[in-house]
Amino acid sequence: MIQGKSLISINDFSKEEQIDILNLAEEFEKKSNRHILPNHVIATLFFEPSTRTRLSFESAICRLGAKYIGFSDTSSTSVQKGESLRDTIKTVEQYSDLIIMRHPKAGSARFASEVSNVPVINAGDGANQHPTQTLLDMYSIRKTQGALNDLNIAFVGDLKYGRTVHSLVMALCNFNCNFYFVSPQELKIPTEIKYYIKERNLTYSQFTNMNEVIPKVDIIYMTRIQRERFSDPLEYEKVKNSYILNSEMLYDTKPNLKILHPLPRVNEISEDVDNLKEAYYFTQALNGVYIRQALLTSILGAKL
Amino acid sequence: MITELKVSAIDNGTVIDHIPSKSVFTVIKILDLEEDENQILFGTNLESKKYGTKGIIKIKNRYFKEAEINKIALVAPIATIIVIKDYNVVEKKHVSIPDKVFKTIKCINPNCITNFENVAQQFDVIDKKDVILKCHYCEKITDKKNMVFI
Repeated sequence: MIQGKSLISINDFSKEEQIDILNLAEEFEKKSNRHILPNHVIATLFFEPSTRTRLSFESAICRLGAKYIGFSDTSSTSVQKGESLRDTIKTVEQYSDLIIMRHPKAGSARFASEVSNVPVINAGDGANQHPTQTLLDMYSIRKTQGALNDLNIAFVGDLKYGRTVHSLVMALCNFNCNFYFVSPQELKIPTEIKYYIKERNLTYSQFTNMNEVIPKVDIIYMTRIQRERFSDPLEYEKVKNSYILNSEMLYDTKPNLKILHPLPRVNEISEDVDNLKEAYYFTQALNGVYIRQALLTSILGAKL
Repeated sequence: MITELKVSAIDNGTVIDHIPSKSVFTVIKILDLEEDENQILFGTNLESKKYGTKGIIKIKNRYFKEAEINKIALVAPIATIIVIKDYNVVEKKHVSIPDKVFKTIKCINPNCITNFENVAQQFDVIDKKDVILKCHYCEKITDKKNMVFI
């Protein structure tokens, strides 16, 4: 039963509940404008910048006929006066039926959901979780591969701080997937994620070179490597070009391979890849609207 | 017993025995004994046939609830709790690591909300053997080596 629930970590929803959301999103893909939440007010609290997540949530809200209130920048709010997160949430819950929140501190969304009397959707909390991105990634994978089970999936780039990677790996552990982690030494997948995979008797392998992995996988999930994550700038200079995917690297691939990226991209996927049949990242961003419509509908208990 | 002579007996209260020597002061901190007004006796680096050395703490007129005392299992997994009444041992039990740990440890993640807002620290114990804790809020793992007691 999803109605009334908060979504903070992808595991807050069971495998069955996650699949229900994917199935409902398919209905919104067929017909997106459905004014089934005309009397709802939804708060979007973005304590940190966002393009896709915020706009796709706001687009989803509009297409459902609901209204939204909120901020995309804390400079015009009482946060600047030193208001605590607890007090901000206790106030906003009075004004809205559901709170969508992005916050720079890890764990802030869980805390908000414990303080709030209305459901909270985590739109990203520090380097921790980004469960709505996970659901749209799952939707994109299922759509391009026909199923989520038994896939070989490569994650490339910043696997240490990339919250979308952490949530997606956890979700795919329910579907018996095999993981290839490709990253520089400094940005390897965190212990807690490796622990999570091992606990479920699944396998993963770690690489520093992307080329050896490309022919083996069904999905390449690219992420951005940020210069500021390196303690030594020389180390960044050494590795930066080894994690740029270009069309020449895609000569020997599985026919069903698709490339995903949570975006924004800087230079990690060359623009010459954009027009290849393997490129799926822009459609992936569109899928975010359908997933978020499905989530809002389910949590607020509306019917199609 | 030599160790009993080094830290004199109490008539009523609790004896915490078999504490690893290096953990005695941490146990005092975890149980907030600095604020306790009862008579407290402790010894460390005492001889132990079984473990080489050990620490012991005796708290007069104080009895602990199980949830309270089990927190010390994080640093003293083999500690024995002995309840004394009229100089007699009325109960002897071992501590066991709890499933959840509240307000005891600081989260290792400098970006965790518990290190910024007034949020009570809370951990799930995901591995009792190796003592591995997962923050309820930021989901980061804190292990034995990185534990900082509040």
